Amino acid sequence: MTRLTLRYAFSASHRLHSSEFSAEENCRVYGKCNNPHGHGHNYFLEVSLTGPVDPVTGLLANRGAVDAWVRKEILARVEYRNLNEEMPEFKRLVPTTENVARIFSEALSRSYAAHFGTPSELRFDRVRIHETRNNLFEMEAHEVQQ
Amino acid sequence: MRITRRVEFSASHRCAVPGWSEEQNRAAFGADANPYGHGHNYVLEVTLSGDVDPVTGMIVDLKDVKEILHREVVDVMDHRYLNAEVSPFDTVVPTAENIAQDIWRRLLPHFNTPQVRLEQVRLYETENVYVEVDAA
Repeated sequence: MTRLTLRYAFSASHRLHSSEFSAEENCRVYGKCNNPHGHGHNYFLEVSLTGPVDPVTGLLANRGAVDAWVRKEILARVEYRNLNEEMPEFKRLVPTTENVARIFSEALSRSYAAHFGTPSELRFDRVRIHETRNNLFEMEAHEVQQ
Repeated sequence: MRITRRVEFSASHRCAVPGWSEEQNRAAFGADANPYGHGHNYVLEVTLSGDVDPVTGMIVDLKDVKEILHREVVDVMDHRYLNAEVSPFDTVVPTAENIAQDIWRRLLPHFNTPQVRLEQVRLYETENVYVEVDAA
C-alpha cells in the first residue's frame, strides 16, 4: 500500500472548558488550558490519502487538488481563529485536540466526494494533528462515524 | 517489535511526462515541472520488524542496516540528478511516490527473512510531503 501525506500549518486559539464542570473541576481537569482568556498553538495538520499510483504521472493524488480541498474545508475555517467562538462545532464541544481531530476527520470524509468526484480507488485515510512539538493526535478515516 | 533507521540524501529531479504540453505538466506537477529541475533534502525512514535475539538483544545489527541503506539508496541517489543518472527514472517520473516504491523494491530482498522483515519505507520529500510504502 502507498500512502501520501501532506502537512499544513495553522495557528489558532482555544480554551478547554466544559459547562458540565464547576470552576474548580475545570481547573483540575484542564489546568492551564482552562485559562479564561484562552491561549493559542501553532498546529500542524497532516492529511493522508491512499490509493494506486498513476502509472503515467507517478502521482497518487494531484497535490494542488489536495491543497484546495484542505484549504477550503479546514484551513480557511481555522487559520487565526478562536476555535471556541468561531467554529459552530465547538459551541458545545470542548476543542481539545482529540475533538479537533474528530471534527476535521468528519469534515474531510464528508466533503471528499465533492472534491475528488468520480469513484476511484483513492481514499482519504488519516489525519494527524500536532498541537505542539510534543503532542500528536491521530484519527483514521475508518474511525469516523458515518 | 519494530525498529526504524533514518538516512538522508540530497538529489535533484524534474517531474514531467514526456510528450505532454507544458500546461499539462504544470497542471499535474505544479512547480515540480520546472524545466531545469530542482532539488530536495530527502529523508528516508526504513522500518524493520522481527523478534529480539535473546543473546544479542538485537533484531538486526544496525551497522548492517546502515551499510545496506547506503549501498542501495544513498550511494545511488545522493547528489544525483535522478532523471538522468538513476534508473528507472530515465523512463519513470521521479515523484516521491515512485522514488519511495523504488526504494521499497531495492530494500525488500535484503529484509525478507523470518528474522527480519521490511515493514515500511517512509520518504520525506520536504517536511510537508511524505510517502509511505508497506506490504499491505
